[in-house]
Amino acid sequence: MTTSSAPSAPSAESRRNDAARAEILSRVRGAVTDIAAPFGTRGESPRIEQTSASTEATVELFVENVIDYKARVVRVAHGGQSAAIAEALAGATSVLVPAGLDPAWTADLPDSTQVVQDDALSNDALDAVDAVITSSTVSIATTGTIVLDHGPGQGRRALSLVPDLHVCVVSADQVVHDVPEAVARLRSTVEAADGSGMPRPLTWISGPSATSDIELDRVEGVHGPRTLHVILVEP
Amino acid sequence: MTTTVPRPVAAPTPGPLQRTTPTFVGMPKFPKAAKEALANTQQRRNLAHATGVIRAKRAKVVSELPQWEDLRLAGSAAKDELMTHLAAYLEQLEVNLTRNGAQVHWARDAEEACRIVVELVKAKGADEVVKVKSMATQEIELNEALEAAGINAWETDLAELIVQLGHDRPSHILVPAIHRNRSEIREIFRREMHLVGRPAPEDLTDEPRRLAEAARLHLREKFLRAKVAVSGANFAIADTGTLVVVESEGNGRMCLTLPETLISVVGIEKVLPTWQDLGTFMQLLPRSSTGERMNPYTSMWTGVHPGDGPQEVHVVLIDNGRSHVLADPLGRQALRCIRCSACLNVCPVYERAGGHAYGSVYPGPIGAVLNPQLRGTASEVDASLPFASSLCGACFEACPMRIDIPSLLVHLRAKVVDAKGRNTAEGRAMQVMAWMFGDHRRLEKAQRAATFGGRLLKGRTIHSIPGPFAPWTSARDVPNPPTQSFRQWWDARRSDPSTEKGAGS
Repeated sequence: MTTSSAPSAPSAESRRNDAARAEILSRVRGAVTDIAAPFGTRGESPRIEQTSASTEATVELFVENVIDYKARVVRVAHGGQSAAIAEALAGATSVLVPAGLDPAWTADLPDSTQVVQDDALSNDALDAVDAVITSSTVSIATTGTIVLDHGPGQGRRALSLVPDLHVCVVSADQVVHDVPEAVARLRSTVEAADGSGMPRPLTWISGPSATSDIELDRVEGVHGPRTLHVILVEP
Repeated sequence: MTTTVPRPVAAPTPGPLQRTTPTFVGMPKFPKAAKEALANTQQRRNLAHATGVIRAKRAKVVSELPQWEDLRLAGSAAKDELMTHLAAYLEQLEVNLTRNGAQVHWARDAEEACRIVVELVKAKGADEVVKVKSMATQEIELNEALEAAGINAWETDLAELIVQLGHDRPSHILVPAIHRNRSEIREIFRREMHLVGRPAPEDLTDEPRRLAEAARLHLREKFLRAKVAVSGANFAIADTGTLVVVESEGNGRMCLTLPETLISVVGIEKVLPTWQDLGTFMQLLPRSSTGERMNPYTSMWTGVHPGDGPQEVHVVLIDNGRSHVLADPLGRQALRCIRCSACLNVCPVYERAGGHAYGSVYPGPIGAVLNPQLRGTASEVDASLPFASSLCGACFEACPMRIDIPSLLVHLRAKVVDAKGRNTAEGRAMQVMAWMFGDHRRLEKAQRAATFGGRLLKGRTIHSIPGPFAPWTSARDVPNPPTQSFRQWWDARRSDPSTEKGAGS
């Protein structure tokens, strides 16, 4: 917080900061004196987006685009989550389960899979876990993007980052067609107008981590989860 | 609607220029550096391959969006709105950041920005930071400042890692190691990784997958233990106080999430007026930059999120010459730049000369218009940059922010020439030209002399000429004068009765 309201004498650093701030603001005001436009007259910024022929077409496009990123997609009917999750986790010896995740989803996990709860795990402890299961908040068809807002069932950001396998459950009714619609839906999350009182961070995920830094040759899997396994739940 | 009284219009006052950082002081002018780069066959081959691949990818994903032009217009309008009211949007951003627990710092120039960051890191007692790829921190040479203070700055983007381990300079905005091929990268990893952390695997090959894995293993321990991270931001949204980092590898997420303290260095032109504008920019940036529908990872944070990620969040807003650029009514559009690098990938000059010849962290067409505006044209390299172009216009076509780079280049050329005055070879030549074109008899005389020269040459080519025009021919042949001027042909045609009749029938 700034110290402007503090009654004691401001520190040298806060005096420097105030001076720099005043100077920069004065410079940028002085640099545009040739433009006579009053502030606040810009209307709402335009929302340019593609529309969909049908909900089915939107979901199909989403699946196509996620697969294009070399992520795995499994489509299940409602109620089929736990079996699909167990199958996705075959081979993982431990799995992180964020608080608030539907307990029914982990019902089919074999006893050999260690279920790890996040009680403020250290970075090293997270690194020792093989996989993570999360839900998601909204997805975008035109770009094959899944957005986490790290609310209940999604966990803090580190959970879906450090383990090497991310199993992510997307509900078909969360898939919107284009980017602007997703941005509009997410506004309440960053503005904390959703009643939580605090804005939430967002992570947009489009396929597994990747790099094209070597001769522009795309390689999937660098620091983030090298495998992204999407379970799409349809009604 | 109420009528608003327009503000009185006055000539803008430019802020101070950016000081050239030590790395680029005394850089030779572009043609000299480019000539040296052209001799590097390996680099030219790497660049031609890489830019070719990315051009094709971009073209494909851009063609999927029928409203691409509307998106470009909306994006540039949002940035123009920002520039017009930059002070108001910066104040709004500051309010929203502090309300959500972030601490905002203001830096007039590179030195001030570096001092702020070094002090913040020292206050945490850290002797290392992990870094997300950031043009702003390169511009201010933050790594050098941190190292001088005894703090290791680990670059974590794969290409930045290659550049850092290779004691090299970035040559591309998006793919800083674009000038390196796979076998060069393997050599750098084998030679250097063990000096700064986990060594490269013994059996490392030059396969991109293996090289990426080596980077994953090498950086993992640094991500897990780092207490402080330094990033830039692609966007800082004024009406919510949200910062956005767009990336691919997950190194960004690691830095933005795992450490306890996060310091983001953000140019004042990176602000977006509203959250809704993000819908436009998240369509424009990935497609223009990596040629993907969307980049693998985008992180957005709004101040401090209790229990999730860094609990101490700093934002350093830097001017460093931007308020100077802002005062040029034509030149200010260069501040719309979102550092996508589409203009580099389509530029025939960049593809051949590479990024180092531009003498700045901003290479290519955008660098040619940004550097001379940020730093002025007093140095050899900055005065030569507006001429480092054939004005083909491909950069404008590719720019998602519709920055009219060719017009800006011409605008800046005029400034460079004006600054030099008329008493140069070019200036004197232009005076002679003006005198000659001023009277048709003088022009005809000159043309008769030229066509006589053309007849003498008989189709042979002049590759170079001596004297003050020699530099012009160092990169071109002299076009042969025609054997007949248009006026001579016209006169001959009119006096020839056969052509007169032919024209009428």
